[in-house]
Amino acid sequence: MAMLPTPLTSHVSYDQVYEPAEDSYLLLDTLSSGTETAFLRAHFSGHPSVPLVLEVGTGSGVVLAFITAHAEHVLGRSDVVTLGTDLNIFACGAASVTVVDAVEATQSMPSSEAREDTIPKPGSGVFLDTLKMDLASSCRPNIVDILIFNPPYVPTEHLPTAHTEESSTQTTFDRDSHLLSFSYAGGTDGMEVTNRLLSQLPSILSPDRGVAYVLLCAQNRPEEVKSRIREWEGGWCAETVGGSGKKAGWEKLSIIRIWKGV
Amino acid sequence: MKLLTLNFLTCARKACKTSAASFPLHPREAELEQVELDMNPQFIRNVLPRVEWEAMRSISQELGLPSLPDTAPGPEELADAEGGPTQILKDLHTLLMETTIASGKLLCANCGHEYAIKEGIANFLLPSHLV
Repeated sequence: MAMLPTPLTSHVSYDQVYEPAEDSYLLLDTLSSGTETAFLRAHFSGHPSVPLVLEVGTGSGVVLAFITAHAEHVLGRSDVVTLGTDLNIFACGAASVTVVDAVEATQSMPSSEAREDTIPKPGSGVFLDTLKMDLASSCRPNIVDILIFNPPYVPTEHLPTAHTEESSTQTTFDRDSHLLSFSYAGGTDGMEVTNRLLSQLPSILSPDRGVAYVLLCAQNRPEEVKSRIREWEGGWCAETVGGSGKKAGWEKLSIIRIWKGV
Repeated sequence: MKLLTLNFLTCARKACKTSAASFPLHPREAELEQVELDMNPQFIRNVLPRVEWEAMRSISQELGLPSLPDTAPGPEELADAEGGPTQILKDLHTLLMETTIASGKLLCANCGHEYAIKEGIANFLLPSHLV
């Protein structure tokens, strides 16, 4: 299968915003893999109401831009609405530009290049906004159809605390390092933020067709995470659908898909 | 921030989620900006079933925008005889997709908390005593 173009993020200031890395690209590869596009197309076809995609913690916006720009290829439809959240105001601004640019680039692709056999159909979804928000805290309950989360998964002693107001005594360097720490510092087992998101998933995802993609690293103990999800009330499924950096049988990074079985 | 985005948002406070008064959030001191966007008629048609019409009507009224009909237009009102977009569909595109709040506040009618919008980005982080 032809590669879908990766959204450009050269406008993003990496002093303040997480730079797309192996984890971001693993999400792109997984979402556009044959198995996931087949699953998502089957899951979201045949219902007229538009699916809502939410990326939590967009950072540069590369993942949200990818799924928005290539909505038709990934989801089998272009009447898809997308939103992003991040704690970092610089990420919110940058991600919005990344998404808008990626959609524009996809839409203006010369038709000769858009032959179906080489590059997939250019149908893009509809991006709304990025919002400065903790996880999905201000979304109406049970409205998200596809949630994507590349969490801060690195085990750390402490979690950074969010300031609602910027302190005037802080240097720019301190402020930027503090902002960047939100993108990686995951507390105990690197799971503190992810566990908080997981516990909220049943009230975030749409009851009939909600699906979440969450990235984990080996230290997060993905097998245990999946077992716990399978014990939730209501018949939840959790499967590993992407991975990279295999070492002695263990994936360094993996992506799990979480959804309600029928 | 696009007006359609307000359709998907409520107050960030847990205690407000169960109260009907926390949706929609009410724009205050809003500075509006029209941002031109390509129209996607299929999207407008298919997003309408997800739009809380009463809420959108009240938001539009509070912003002093032209009033919306009492009930959401049906599919037959969105496409003309040739299948092209009707004026109603074009107006909805203008309202939902092209009308943005550049700055202002969003008020939760349940708890009275106001969320600021600056440079088009709404801030839903709560001060620590409200989390």
